[in-house]
Amino acid sequence: MGSPNRVILGTRKGLLILEQRKGGWRVTNHSHVGAPVPYAIRDRRHDVLWASLDHGHWGSKLKRSDDHGKTWEEVPAPAYPKAAKMKSWMTEKPVPATLRYIWVIEPGPPDRPDRIYLGTEPGGLFQSNDGGKSFRLVKSLWNHPSRIPSWAGGGRDFPGIHSILVDPRDSKRILIGISCAGVFETLDEGKTWEVRNQGLKADFLPNPDVEVGHDPHLVDACKSDPDMLWQQNHCGIFRSKDGAKSWTRVSKKKGTAHFGFAIAVDEKDGDTAWVVPAISDEVRISVGGALVVCRTKDGGKSWKTFRSGLPQKESYDVVFRHGLDKRNGTLAFGTTTGNFYVSEDRGKNWSTVGTNFPPIYSVRFT
Amino acid sequence: MPKVQFTRHLKTHFPTLSEVEVEGGTVGQVVIALDQRYPGLKSYLTDDQGSLRRHVNIFVNEELIRDRTRLTDVLRPRDRLFVMQALSGG
Repeated sequence: MGSPNRVILGTRKGLLILEQRKGGWRVTNHSHVGAPVPYAIRDRRHDVLWASLDHGHWGSKLKRSDDHGKTWEEVPAPAYPKAAKMKSWMTEKPVPATLRYIWVIEPGPPDRPDRIYLGTEPGGLFQSNDGGKSFRLVKSLWNHPSRIPSWAGGGRDFPGIHSILVDPRDSKRILIGISCAGVFETLDEGKTWEVRNQGLKADFLPNPDVEVGHDPHLVDACKSDPDMLWQQNHCGIFRSKDGAKSWTRVSKKKGTAHFGFAIAVDEKDGDTAWVVPAISDEVRISVGGALVVCRTKDGGKSWKTFRSGLPQKESYDVVFRHGLDKRNGTLAFGTTTGNFYVSEDRGKNWSTVGTNFPPIYSVRFT
Repeated sequence: MPKVQFTRHLKTHFPTLSEVEVEGGTVGQVVIALDQRYPGLKSYLTDDQGSLRRHVNIFVNEELIRDRTRLTDVLRPRDRLFVMQALSGG
């Protein structure tokens, strides 16, 4: 089982493992020293750590560790097929697709023990059926007719897949979050895909109700009630109570909880979720210079703002999309300015673990 | 045979990397030969489609290679290749 007492951070200067011991949280491992690590996670099925690396010169790489981070083995990074083309708003014509970034690593469901998914830029979903020895592009999604005309970059130059949610009730049902395109669903394990953006608003486009082109920064589901879905979107916080068939915006532009990147849904209560807000698209710093966490317990009708233990002045922190995690009653988040905080009472009170970490990209309890 | 030298940055990832002579009539052939000697090295120098990565440079003697896409620059047996990283990042 996963532990709320150990957390793995992907940072701009390497991977860090922190463990809660007597006297507080301590760094017990620093791997890939100096290299940006966009995402790192433990595959609980096999007790294997996975990390994506983003070398500025040498490209995106994929690493695994079978000994809790003591040693790492490089496995071949996913490669786009020769004929694959990609397009962004700044390329007039499609150009050859090359791996730009591994956004997320998602271990497969228990009934697919050798399955691993990767979400990448430019808009690739990759699947391994051999425990990560090799990955192949899921062509059904890549060939979706909306991709070339309607997918765009969101925060990076090309579209990126950052959310992969396998339904714990049915491993053939998978939801994908793409910036910028939106949410896609397969019910047949990736053979066919349907757009699931009904109700989302793309305020940055001439037509906010466009079918494809939305920017879900992160999509998360309630583990015990997977049809209860949430997303921190570029244009607010949205939730779905019907498995992504429809979405409703539950934040207000002038509310504290509205713009941001990360979101965490309670494992047992699909009406409860946490966000770490920033001011707005145009001003990406803490709201009013105060770092806060907002929580709703009523499906977004109301939001409570928690400040205890967090800096309430001169905070410039932003929490990236994978920078917040929750396990049981414990929450943790890391910020772009290298601050890392933990709450053991469901977000009400926070402890500072450190303020001198590198910019933090991902936080995952192991 | 062309002789190849590497930026020390690559030794982080390939600790046994050192100056080496390999067979190859073009830059692309040399990269393939290097990959056989140091498995995985090609993926550090070229992208999925085989083009030289944007922030990697290969010099032949003192000249940057001209064909970064297909690596067809022709080599002479006594040429020296330098695999360098472009200065970028923070």
